[in-house]
Amino acid sequence: MMIRRVWNWVDDRAGLSAIHAFLQHKAVPVHSSTLWYYFGGITLFLFVIQVLTGVLLLLYYRPTPNEAFESVQFIVTRVEFGWLVRSIHSWSANLMVLAALIHMFSVFFLRSYRQPRELTWFSGMFLLFLTLMFGFSGYLLPWNTLAYFATKVGTDMAGAVPVIGGFVRRFLRGGEEVTGATLTRFFGFHVAVLPGLTTILLLIHLALVQKWGMSSPQRGGGKPVPTMPFFPNFVLREMMAWYGALAVLGSLAALFPWELGAKADPFISAPAGIRPEWYFLAVFYTLKLIPSKIAIFDGEVLGILFFGLCAAAWMLIPFWDRRSAEEERHRLLTGAGVFIIAYLVVFSALGYWR
Amino acid sequence: MTADPESGARRGLIRLLLGSGFGASVLSFLYPAVKFMTPPEVAESSVNQVSAGKVTDLKPNSARIFRFGSKPALLVRTAAGEFRAFSAACTHLNCTVQYSDQSRQIWCACHNGQFDMNGKVVGGPPPRPLEQFTVHLQGEDVVVTRS
Repeated sequence: MMIRRVWNWVDDRAGLSAIHAFLQHKAVPVHSSTLWYYFGGITLFLFVIQVLTGVLLLLYYRPTPNEAFESVQFIVTRVEFGWLVRSIHSWSANLMVLAALIHMFSVFFLRSYRQPRELTWFSGMFLLFLTLMFGFSGYLLPWNTLAYFATKVGTDMAGAVPVIGGFVRRFLRGGEEVTGATLTRFFGFHVAVLPGLTTILLLIHLALVQKWGMSSPQRGGGKPVPTMPFFPNFVLREMMAWYGALAVLGSLAALFPWELGAKADPFISAPAGIRPEWYFLAVFYTLKLIPSKIAIFDGEVLGILFFGLCAAAWMLIPFWDRRSAEEERHRLLTGAGVFIIAYLVVFSALGYWR
Repeated sequence: MTADPESGARRGLIRLLLGSGFGASVLSFLYPAVKFMTPPEVAESSVNQVSAGKVTDLKPNSARIFRFGSKPALLVRTAAGEFRAFSAACTHLNCTVQYSDQSRQIWCACHNGQFDMNGKVVGGPPPRPLEQFTVHLQGEDVVVTRS
């Protein structure tokens, strides 16, 4: 009775009934691939976890070369549940990248980017880029050896891009070398610039999903796709998926606490076995294999340009995949997607073990 | 109802003025912000010579990293007892190299670049040789000079 009265009071002032009525009319397509729809929501859920645990870490973290490592060490050894909060933040970052990649490939294989959802695809691709930048900038913050050299290599890769590379490298590093200026800069990117941009893009992405609804798979003969109500049916299922993600995250964070490693020292050699985070491993291993010179060009420059062109082509798929736009099947494109996944898996594994 | 051409031209002019004023405002905000974010040029300390330690600090077939100004450099004592010094920044992607006493080569752990005792690339992806410095012995001191 009390709840009803509160609801009515708020409803009279905020118009909640309209939102409720709207949600009851919203429908989600039901088909054999509906499962993949949940990964967008899981990515969002993990982003929220990142924000919450990130805010907690901010209470103790200090972004200077003399204090960063020690402050993270303090968090994981002295602060109650500090090890857990930091471990959840690190594991959640990795799971978020994984969920975003699964979400992207499911959108690709279901051709959900086709008209009129091109902008949803573009905003999603920018969000994935921002997620990777979150990972790259956050990786440096504990100021440990692995992070230091990963940042050196990563920023130098940006520097290999012709014409603008030198400027981008200086901009990212805050100078010529990876120093305390880089740490301060990456901290600013990680806790202010990237969250701001991500929030704006996320709102655009969600508004577009809202506007066009969830995409139905391609179907010959224009047969109607069965649906289920968004609220409560889909929302309850999505929440179960979030619980599942939370169980996986909690187990990983508790059973495999994220290691801190040794403090960064710019005057030691890169240690043997050094490698980047798993989502950069395929690129890392490919760059290892490219010879120093291809014709008259530096191999690394050609490699980086090649990856850049592939990423641009991938992003622009809605423009050049005309067959899917015409609701035709495109087996060659599906084959290309399978090939890309196989390449990423095999080269990441080789990068990890070799 | 007919459109008044004079009124249309006036509207166009007002749109142009408002639009260019808005554009100029945005640029005038962005320009200082971008300049602020671009790190200022800091003159490199012109270190051309440093002491890299004592002769007795290194056994034959070993090496150590030392500071050459603000950058890491590698001092190697070859198996024959000779001293060599190089910039420790790999020419591939800027990782810091190390000396392998097994292969008796300079090696980069990041992408498996390999260099010989003259800094020349002998394996892996590095596109250029390592910068080599000149080493002098002044009594017990190992002095490294940029060539």
